[in-house]
Amino acid sequence: MSHTTARRKPVGYRPGAGTKGANAAVLIVLAVLTVLFLIPFYLILRNAFATDAEITAPGWMWFSPDPAWDNLSRLFNDPAVPMARSLLNSAIVAVLTTVGTLFLCTTAGYGLARVPWRHANKVFYVVLATLMIPGAITFVPSFVMVSSLGWLSDYRGLIIPGLFSGFAAFLCRQYFLGFPRELEEAARVDGLTYWGAFWRIVIPNSGSFLAAIAVITFVGAWNSFLWPLVIGRSSDSWTVQVALSTFLTAQTVSLSQLFTAALVAILPLVFVFLFLQRFLVQGVAQTGLKG
Amino acid sequence: MAVSTETAAPDAEAGAGGRTPRPRRRKGGWRTALTFWYFTGPFLIGLLVFTYIPLFWSAYLSFFDARNTVAPLPEDFVGFGNYVRMLQDAAFIDSLATFTVFAAFVVPLTFACSLALALLLNRVRLMRAFFRSVFFLPFACSYVVASLVWKMSIFNGVRYGMANSVLDLFGIEDVPWLFDPSPPWYWLVIVSLRLWIQCGFYMILFIAALQQIPEHLYEAAYVDGAKPGRQTFWHITLPQLRATSVAVLMLILIAAYQAFDEFYNLIGNQAYARPPLMYLYTTALGTQQDLGRGSAGALILALIIAIVTVLQGRFLGFGNAEEK
Repeated sequence: MSHTTARRKPVGYRPGAGTKGANAAVLIVLAVLTVLFLIPFYLILRNAFATDAEITAPGWMWFSPDPAWDNLSRLFNDPAVPMARSLLNSAIVAVLTTVGTLFLCTTAGYGLARVPWRHANKVFYVVLATLMIPGAITFVPSFVMVSSLGWLSDYRGLIIPGLFSGFAAFLCRQYFLGFPRELEEAARVDGLTYWGAFWRIVIPNSGSFLAAIAVITFVGAWNSFLWPLVIGRSSDSWTVQVALSTFLTAQTVSLSQLFTAALVAILPLVFVFLFLQRFLVQGVAQTGLKG
Repeated sequence: MAVSTETAAPDAEAGAGGRTPRPRRRKGGWRTALTFWYFTGPFLIGLLVFTYIPLFWSAYLSFFDARNTVAPLPEDFVGFGNYVRMLQDAAFIDSLATFTVFAAFVVPLTFACSLALALLLNRVRLMRAFFRSVFFLPFACSYVVASLVWKMSIFNGVRYGMANSVLDLFGIEDVPWLFDPSPPWYWLVIVSLRLWIQCGFYMILFIAALQQIPEHLYEAAYVDGAKPGRQTFWHITLPQLRATSVAVLMLILIAAYQAFDEFYNLIGNQAYARPPLMYLYTTALGTQQDLGRGSAGALILALIIAIVTVLQGRFLGFGNAEEK
C-alpha cells in the first residue's frame, strides 16, 4: 500500500486516490456494508439448520449449538411438499430457457446487425417497439395466448413464451455491431457464408459476452415468479419459487423447513455467481448497456 | 423468380471464387433477404406469436365482457365499458398511487446507493473484487427468497426478529413492520428488500462507466485548481456518467413497474399496498377471471408506461446519448 501511495502523482486528482485516512474510512464503510449485505444470507443459513424452537426463542442466537442437519432430509422426504419436483422443474425451465434464448437472440441479433437486407431497419423497429412495454405487463395477454394453446401447467407454457426476449435480441445486435468487421470479412473472402462466418468466427470469439447473456437469462429464469405462478396451476408444475411462495403464504411448512427450502433454492445460483461472476461483470460492462 | 436468380448468380460466384475483396450482395436481392430471414425468422415468428398477437388479442378482449373465456361471443361486446369501469375503479387508481409512492422511494434510492457503492469501490484498491462480489451477490437471490427472509426473520414484527432484536439493544419498543397497515413501516421493508437485490447490478454498470472516464480530465482539473472530491464529482464524474445514469434510471423505473413478487409474498392482496400488477393479477386470474377488464387494465398500464418512457427519454436526452 505505502509503496503505491509514494509513487502517486498529485494527491487526489482522480477518484482512485486519496489520503491514507480517507482510504481507511472507505475501507471501514465497505466493511460495514459487507456485513449488512451478508445478513440475509447468514439468516438463511442459521435458520436452515436450527429447530423451530431455537428460531423463535427469546434472546439472540448466532448459530444453533446443535445444528439440525436432518432438516434437509426432512424437507425432501415430506410427501406434502413437492420440493424435489419443483427444483427439477426450475432446472429444466432455466436450462432450456437459457439455451433457447441464446440461440434465438444471438442469431436474430446478428441478422439485424450484419445482414444488409433493405428492410432490416424496419424489422429492427418491430423488435425495438417491444422494449417499450415491460414483459410482465403483458402477462394477461400472454396468459390468454398460452391458455388457448392448452399449455397451462406445462413446460411448454413455462418456457416457450419467455424465449423471445426483445431485450436480449437488442443487446446481441448492439454487441455484434461492435464486433470487429475485419474478422468476418476475411472469413467471407475465404468463401464462408454469413451463416458460416457467424458460427465459425463470430460465436467462438464472443465467449464472455455469451456467458454474460447466459448467466443473466439463467438467473432471470430461475428467479422468475409471476409467470410460473400464472402458468403453474397444479403443484407438479410449480417451479421452486412458486413452491416457496406457497409454503410462505399458506404456512404449510415449519419455519425451519421454510429456510431450508430457501437455502436449497438459492444454492445453485450462488454457485453460478461465484464461478461465473468474472464473465458476468465483463459481459455486463461490454454489452452496450453503457447507453 | 428467374430474374432474381440472375441477379444473385454473379454474387455467388464472386463469393465462392473470392476474386473481389469484399463479396457484396445486392441489398434487395432475394438471397440477402433469405439470409436475413433464416437468421431472424425464428425469433421474429416467436415475437409475433407471443408478444404481438397476444397484445392485439388482448386489445380485442378488452372490448368484450370476457369472464372465464378467451373467445367472447359478439353479443358480449361492451365497447369502452371495461376501460370506463377500470378508470372509475378506486382500487385500480389506488394501485397506480401505490406504484407512484413506491417509485418515488425506489428510483432515487436505488440510483444513489448503486452510484455510491460504485464510487466507493472505485476508490479502494484492497480486496476490490471481494467487495464487488459481496454487493453483487444479492442479485442471485430471488424476490421470493428475499421476501421470505424479510418477512419471517428480519422484519417479522415479534421479539425474536432481527430488526426488533437490534431495536431492543437501544431500548426501543418492538415495531410491527409489515403487520401495520398504515405507513411508513411496510414501505421500509419493501424498499430495503428491493435495494438489497438491485443495487449491486447497477453498481456494476456504474463501475464500468467510471473506468471509461479519461484520467486526463481529473489531471486537468487538478492543474486548474479544482478540489478533488465534491468539485470533481459534480463537474467531471457526474457529467461523464450521463449516458449510463440515464440508462440506469430507465432500467430502475421499468423494473419498478413490474413490481409484484415482493408485494405478493410480503403483504398479499391488501388494498393499502397493492401495485398495479397485483391488481391485474387478481382481476384477470383471481376468482373473477375477468379477462376483459384485466386486458383493459393491462393496456392502460402499457400506455402509461410507453408515454412515461418516451417523455423520460425526451427529457433526459436518451436519444442523444445513444447516438454518440
